[in-house]
Amino acid sequence: MSQELIKLIDLSRCTACRGCQVACKQWNELPATRTKNTGSYQNPPDLQWNTWTLIRFQEHEDRSGNVKWLFRKDGCMHCTDAACAKVCPTEALYHTEFGNVSLNVDKCIGCKACVFACPFGVPKFNAATNKIYKCDLCYTRLQGNQPPACVQSCPTGALQIGPKAAMLDKAYKRVKALGGDASVYGDKFVDGTHVVYVLPEKVEVYDHLPKHPQIPLQIIVWKEFLKPAGLLVAGAVVAGAFLHYITHGPKMPEEETTSEGGNKS
Amino acid sequence: MTNHYIDLKNSDCILIMGSNAAENHPIAFKWILRAKDRGAKIIHVDPRYTRTSARCDYHVPLRSGTDIAFLGGMIKYIIDNNLIQEEYVKYYTNASQIVSADYDFQDGLFAGFDAEKRSYNKKTWTVEKDDKGIPVRDYTLENPRCVYRMLQKHYDRYTLEKVSSITGVSKDNLLKVYKEYGATGAPDKAGTECYALGWTHHTTGSQIIRAMSIIQLLLGNMGVCGGGINALRGEPNVQGSTDHAILYNILPGYLKMPTGSLDTLAKYNDKYTSKSTDPQSANWYQNYPKYTVSFLKAMWGDEATAENDFGYSWLPKMDDGKHHSILHTIDAMYAGKIKGFFAYGSNIAVSSPNSTKVRKGLQKLKWMVNVNLFDNETASFWKAPGVDPKLVDTEVFLLPASASVEKAGSQSNSGRWVQWRHRAANPPGEAMSDGTITMLLMDAIRALYREEGGACWEPILNLKWDYRNSLGRFDPVKAAKQINGHYTKDLVIEDKTTGAKEVNRKGETVPSFAKLMTDGSTSCGNWLMAGSFDQKGENKMMKRGKEDPTGLGLYPEWGYAWPLNRRIIYNRASCDPQGRPYNPKMKLLEWVGDKWVGDVADGPWPPLADKEKGKLPFIMKADGVGAIFGPGMVEGPFPEHYEPLEGPLAKNPLSGQLLNPAIKIFKSDLDKVANADQQYPYVCTTYSCTEHWCSGFTRWQPWLLEMMPEAYLEIGEKLAEKLGIKNGERIKVASVRGGVECVAMVTKRLKPFEVEGKVIHQVGMPFNYGWRFPEGATDASANYLTPSVGDANTFCPEYKAFMVNISKA
Repeated sequence: MSQELIKLIDLSRCTACRGCQVACKQWNELPATRTKNTGSYQNPPDLQWNTWTLIRFQEHEDRSGNVKWLFRKDGCMHCTDAACAKVCPTEALYHTEFGNVSLNVDKCIGCKACVFACPFGVPKFNAATNKIYKCDLCYTRLQGNQPPACVQSCPTGALQIGPKAAMLDKAYKRVKALGGDASVYGDKFVDGTHVVYVLPEKVEVYDHLPKHPQIPLQIIVWKEFLKPAGLLVAGAVVAGAFLHYITHGPKMPEEETTSEGGNKS
Repeated sequence: MTNHYIDLKNSDCILIMGSNAAENHPIAFKWILRAKDRGAKIIHVDPRYTRTSARCDYHVPLRSGTDIAFLGGMIKYIIDNNLIQEEYVKYYTNASQIVSADYDFQDGLFAGFDAEKRSYNKKTWTVEKDDKGIPVRDYTLENPRCVYRMLQKHYDRYTLEKVSSITGVSKDNLLKVYKEYGATGAPDKAGTECYALGWTHHTTGSQIIRAMSIIQLLLGNMGVCGGGINALRGEPNVQGSTDHAILYNILPGYLKMPTGSLDTLAKYNDKYTSKSTDPQSANWYQNYPKYTVSFLKAMWGDEATAENDFGYSWLPKMDDGKHHSILHTIDAMYAGKIKGFFAYGSNIAVSSPNSTKVRKGLQKLKWMVNVNLFDNETASFWKAPGVDPKLVDTEVFLLPASASVEKAGSQSNSGRWVQWRHRAANPPGEAMSDGTITMLLMDAIRALYREEGGACWEPILNLKWDYRNSLGRFDPVKAAKQINGHYTKDLVIEDKTTGAKEVNRKGETVPSFAKLMTDGSTSCGNWLMAGSFDQKGENKMMKRGKEDPTGLGLYPEWGYAWPLNRRIIYNRASCDPQGRPYNPKMKLLEWVGDKWVGDVADGPWPPLADKEKGKLPFIMKADGVGAIFGPGMVEGPFPEHYEPLEGPLAKNPLSGQLLNPAIKIFKSDLDKVANADQQYPYVCTTYSCTEHWCSGFTRWQPWLLEMMPEAYLEIGEKLAEKLGIKNGERIKVASVRGGVECVAMVTKRLKPFEVEGKVIHQVGMPFNYGWRFPEGATDASANYLTPSVGDANTFCPEYKAFMVNISKA
């Protein structure tokens, strides 16, 4: 895929200004909800059907007792081996030419298989419309050669988008310059994600960020084995029935059957 | 800012103190991170660990209201460790001047204090002059009365122990900051300071900034790339508002507002025109009368003539000794002395201190005109919770205004860059620009004066008042051109030596304030803006050239920077007396041949070493040098630590003077103060956040409200534990003046301080909230807690240090 893009989130440059959180809502015309302050700057508390990106705030004390405030822009990782697209029965979720996972909302039947499948907890269901929603990496903007709304809004350059190889190169260079516990997150699982982080701290420090994200075993078993096996078996049954029909013909009524009742005298 | 936003990237060490730059100046923070990419150290000193701290190299917590102690300790450290930029200090500051024998400082007070008037007679705050009237100088800095030694003596008390005990900052942290920042005293290194309301919102605010100016002069950081004092100005275009004098005590271009006793133009000009006998001092304010007269011509056009003092008598005057800051105005309102009130784009019921006093004061008005995008707590004060509208006699007019993107005009950023904006959208309904509203109001007032006559009709009917477009709306270009200035008649100037003739035609825009005259042949609404149009009438504020020939981020073709497109002011100080840049890697200016190359130099004269034509670098000061000894301030020529009006201590650890002796104390029954009071044991500060704009008209914007829906008090884990308060729980926080209910945000980012042997807890609250919106919002305006007191020089309120108590709701 020559147009494969990666959105790089360099958390070492994020000031949690939340321009991205608002830009996403503005571009995608997503409504706000009435929230409460539950004792954190983080609001809404989680990704929602109408909140496709969320800055997570996390207070952390490191090994030396120093306080750090960690910010993480949460949202769809746009996996290559995407559990959601894999499990979607209608192909509402699909990969585009840029490598991101886009959503054709009209095709969504609200089965919520993707909600269960996603290792990052991204797709969110709206009971009122019976559909799921998630970030689509601003697919229509990418088609128009524009960056996603979040990338456009970021004042510090924490968000960037570009060709896959170049962005991974940038990520690794940045991690090297930062030193310490910094690492690149995303390229080593689910066949590589199209949203990649530069994490200043170790991955296990971050809330809600799986260290080894993978597609749930049931889905692999279902998709890679049971479903193909089942389809194979179903196909064999149909094929068998067809063959039987051609070779033995349709089932006809027995010839001994009389037209009259038995008790004649 | 003495420098500008992009220049931040050139710094070697950025001290962010008195600012939460990442949260309240998020776009500017980009440039701070670019400096970090280049290896600069970024230091954040703040009572709270904030989103700024997260991106700095380290955070140093300090007790709110103790910045002068901190900075005084830094001054002592710099002097004791000989970190000064020696040549710069000797020749470019008044360090070498000799303080008069009568000047003294004892136990917290300078010589000349009148305890009854709460003010100083400054006659002893002077330096010795020779028989030509030029300050005497000791370039060895050994004379015990020289400014440098008096400075050393003043800050001798600011030892690490004392400073640590006052501020709550550990000695390790003090030394860390002092050492790192002090290293920028090297001639080729630059340190800069970013401050905002964390410094101005104190009774000693101006002196905090003065302390930093002294540090920057000692380290040779003024006038250089990556240096300077960088005030990050406020959201409502505070830079533009002060440039164009939306303050009671100044005229446009920071000219002084006259008082009644200055009853002639000559008296006014004489008082404010700077005088110097030193041939090496450019003494630029000797040109003051040119700006005054040109301003008067801009106000009254052809009606202003030499015969009537150019209409000087029509200019409103302040009563001598009286002030009209928002604090004074609210006090007068509460005392029933104010009939009518124009509240343009403001919401004092939320944003001014002591909300109870403000809101009760509003009830005594006969009328109010509120010009705003939305309704707010001020416009609707008469139906606030607890107010019976039947008992309020005020008639309120709420006029819908257009937003900044719904009108064309200029905006001035903190870096003095003036950029023209086009209209992006039409205003909704009947909303109009403030300019149009003001113009239509004044049209009606003038019509009434013509019909009915009235007191003082001349200034009103003689006004130059033709700023409308063909639709009868306010025309910002016409106003901008008037502000820039023009020739009121044909003016031909002949250079006697060369015979060259400069031909200026009537009506042409003046290209520079150097062209302004005292005889009425020029008109100019704001001398700093002269040059924002070129002589052909082209609007330089619209320029968007991306060239950067020096590579220093000056971008001379982008917009117009006052004055005269100078991007870094005091830039002559970036070179040694021979005109060679102190930092050869960042040549802001260089004297090459017979001229300056680089930025627009602070005047074309040769460098100081040229004894005949050379000039000192600080051209706006009468003596041409940076002021380490600064007699212009009301409470002293050297900054001194005083406690906030309401603080945790009964005694100032540094002297017998607890408070700033020159602050105005208001005495209404609602001006209660509880200093060192066990009932209010916690130090509280207030602030804004990225998501909300000032008094919170952004609460009407659902996406912003979703992120920051309601008021909260940030409270450290230790204090929360002591009080049994859990994160997210509703609590009550109160000062002796009033209380609010809000959410408790229990955090690791606030830690208790050890101050004078006691544990002192610091808490903080955002001020953006009020009852008017959203529906169901509680009346949780943080300013119910704050006191009606302000800085002694500017009256900027002390929003950031007062005492509270906290309890479960």
